Amino acid sequence: MLVFRKFLRDIPAVIGAAIVLLVVFLAIFGPWIAPYPQDASASHLLRRLRPPSLDFPFGTDNLGRDIFSRVILGARGALKVSLVVVGLAMAIGVPLGLIAGYNRGWLSEAIMRVTDVFLALPQLILALALAQLMGPSVESAMLALSLTYWPFFTRIVHAETARLRNALFVDALQGIGAGTPRILFLHILPNALSPIIVRATIGLGFTILVAAVLGFLGMGATPPDPDWGLAVAQSRTYLPNAWWFATFPGLAILLAVLGFNLLGDGLRDLVDPRLRRSR
Amino acid sequence: MAGFVLRRMLLVLPSLFGLLVVTFLLIRTIPADPAVALAGDNATPAQIAAIRESYGLDQPLPVQFLRYLRGVARLDFGESQYSGRPVALDIAQRLPATLELTFAALVIAIGLGIPLGVVAAMHHNRWPDFLLRIGSVAGIAVAAFWLAIMLQMLFAMKLGWLPLRGQLSAGLTPPAGPTGFLLTDCLLAGRFDLFLDAARHLVLPAVTLSLGGLATITRFTRAGVLDTLQKDFVTYERAVGFPRGRLIWVYVLRNSVVATVTQIGLLFGGLMAGAVVVESIYDWPGIGSYTVQAILTADSKVMLAVTLLIGLIYAAVNILTDVVHALIDPRLRESR
Amino acid sequence: MAVPVLAVEGLRLAIRGDEGEARILDHVSFSVAQGEILGIVGESGCGKSTLIRAILGILPRGARIGAGEIRFEGENLLAFSEAELDRTVRGSRISFIPQDPYLALNPLFTVGAQLLESMRRHLPGTPREHREQLTKILRRVQLPDAELALDRYPHQFSGGQRQRLLIAAALACRPKLVIADEPTTALDVTTQQQILVLLRELVDDMGLSMLFVTHDLGVVAELCDRVGVIYAGQSVENGPARHLLRAPMHPYTAALLACHPDRSDDFVGIPGSVPSPLRAPPGCRFAPRCAQAQPACTLRDPALRNAAPGHAVDCILYDAQDGGR
Repeated sequence: MLVFRKFLRDIPAVIGAAIVLLVVFLAIFGPWIAPYPQDASASHLLRRLRPPSLDFPFGTDNLGRDIFSRVILGARGALKVSLVVVGLAMAIGVPLGLIAGYNRGWLSEAIMRVTDVFLALPQLILALALAQLMGPSVESAMLALSLTYWPFFTRIVHAETARLRNALFVDALQGIGAGTPRILFLHILPNALSPIIVRATIGLGFTILVAAVLGFLGMGATPPDPDWGLAVAQSRTYLPNAWWFATFPGLAILLAVLGFNLLGDGLRDLVDPRLRRSR
Repeated sequence: MAGFVLRRMLLVLPSLFGLLVVTFLLIRTIPADPAVALAGDNATPAQIAAIRESYGLDQPLPVQFLRYLRGVARLDFGESQYSGRPVALDIAQRLPATLELTFAALVIAIGLGIPLGVVAAMHHNRWPDFLLRIGSVAGIAVAAFWLAIMLQMLFAMKLGWLPLRGQLSAGLTPPAGPTGFLLTDCLLAGRFDLFLDAARHLVLPAVTLSLGGLATITRFTRAGVLDTLQKDFVTYERAVGFPRGRLIWVYVLRNSVVATVTQIGLLFGGLMAGAVVVESIYDWPGIGSYTVQAILTADSKVMLAVTLLIGLIYAAVNILTDVVHALIDPRLRESR
Repeated sequence: MAVPVLAVEGLRLAIRGDEGEARILDHVSFSVAQGEILGIVGESGCGKSTLIRAILGILPRGARIGAGEIRFEGENLLAFSEAELDRTVRGSRISFIPQDPYLALNPLFTVGAQLLESMRRHLPGTPREHREQLTKILRRVQLPDAELALDRYPHQFSGGQRQRLLIAAALACRPKLVIADEPTTALDVTTQQQILVLLRELVDDMGLSMLFVTHDLGVVAELCDRVGVIYAGQSVENGPARHLLRAPMHPYTAALLACHPDRSDDFVGIPGSVPSPLRAPPGCRFAPRCAQAQPACTLRDPALRNAAPGHAVDCILYDAQDGGR
């Protein structure tokens, strides 16, 4: 409770949490909230590129679709991609980090060297290349992003595990004959949970951003998906006259990523005040 | 100092080798059959077989890897499918434009980020800090491609203050050499009209590219200054009446920028990757737009070469970062 | 009687933090006369460091002075602006020797760059003259290789040498008052002894006054002319060192002396623990731990009263005596 009160006093973090809740809410209930839910795919050539009005608060796009509705409907795709990517990256990165941190031999060394190499690779380019090689689609974009994001989790979990390995309670567990997987997953992992959650929160925002870049470059979502990055790409031909076409989907990306980052920062402060807002 | 740099370079070699292995494996093994991917959708089996042979894809992987290594050692990355010219030549021609852009972005990010970070720390938990904190998180959260389009729309299309795209206005001929860096060459040739035109073209791309770095540097400087302000020596320096300005901007700041310098090193990799998006939107004739073309045409040779190049630059910048650390902190100069 | 160099009277100070208001100082009073060393003694956490920060005007954010005065050479320092303090007080008329010489020097700058900064601000003359003056003082504080010292970095000196550097810096601007914050705690015993001897010599030679803050009664006995004892932010007893250490009046001083391993064969502790300044008891803060406490102790406003010439004490036991006279 004290922790919760402390969190509420961190205004930027509360703003972040509110934005994240909004994104989640829209992702779940979007189709029931959006004024024109059929505009996910339908087109209305008679009302193309209308400026914002009471009927169409964000205007309409090149196919006459309501941009406001499509921004709302886009939340589901963005959240889905980021959840899958961060989930997959954790599924790869966390066990590797546990093994590398607990083991002291060549295996640990090998895992961490490979992790370092992956961290040195330019993520965006790697993701783009992988997505292209696997054939541009949302699925290959998700796989490509997961393959570039896992090392962050390995790093964190490795550091925490290596720190805890020598803790007294681990000695005690070994003494009473607990098996290694049991020690790792039931005892060490919960202790490393806070940094993982912080990293995952920031990772969700980061993934929305990179997925938008992939969509923008035509490597992710495909028309007629109401994808925010794709919408910005489609708008380029109609600028500067249809300014609303590019502006609002981009603002949606900004807001969603901002929300996750502010929340992640706030959580980090809560978990470890020493780190302050470093990263 | 020379020994220190040399040792750091040797330490980087295994990582670079790892980079070679990983890039090779990723590009060669992820698609079920790279020859099919290379040949395109409408290729006949005969065409695919021909491609497989001409690329050496029918050889076992270790043999392919050795051939690849031999090529890398000779800077021979093969020919680009997109431009039909040697990849190494393309890169050599385009690298200066990218370096110019990233350097300009870095100057903006450092020149603004460090003072803003100090200001935020000095007003810890008051409104300038509050605004800068949200601003810096937003700076990281903004999509570069969207920002680029917004800036183009406002400053180039609507207001007409700055050029929309490219490195030089149409009809102007850049001076030939000697450095390959356009701005430098213009100055060396005494062509101030060209220099001004090129500088105006640089503004929007550099600002777009700098934003993420600016936000990161602000955050790290802020955290570093807050950390240093807790130190005993700051209390001492205040207690003996150090002038406030010098105390903050000289004595505290130098102690605070160590983490920031590390970040600047890491940022450089991010800047190169960001250049991919920014260059393709502003039609900047650098490595980034070249990479996008290569990716869109599945030009694996270019992708490999560019990934290696970025890895190399990343390693070089990290060595440079260590050197700067040693310059900042006298204790590091002796212990190694 | 001449105006004391420094007089603190009835100082009350609270710091507002996350957990509420901490009343760090509650009625602290003492004075330092020209040429004397006053020792301020108290356990860690009693408010000694905050007291120093209050005198130097470098209190943390959230600190508020509720009552009292800090008079330096007759002027009320609390009325000074930040700029005035920097220009005319800190590092010039009042100098400071910090507690931990390992942490007090900025690791990234040469010793000369740091120590000359203050001189450049406060003394007339060229940088070259400042260097020469400082080198002379470094020789006076017996720093080996004084000529070369200014171009070296802090980590190239031992703890004792760094403390000598800081002492030299404190003397360089010819201050009226030197505030020393446990300057020997971080050093080993031999070095500690040398530094104490040096400080006494310097004070006597240069006619300085010194406020020496410590938790160590042994150091006080050796160095100080007069002593002020503080318990949980309250001044409990001020008096001449010889007299106060031999015949303490306040029960806390007596208990503290009894704890000192040099002075008693069987070690006696004080029951209970120092109260947190967030939840300080009313009246005399020592009352809950005092063997001679009375119900009225909690109702008493803290006030030092003269119980003997030059010897003041704040305790209900002596109120009666005082009133009887």
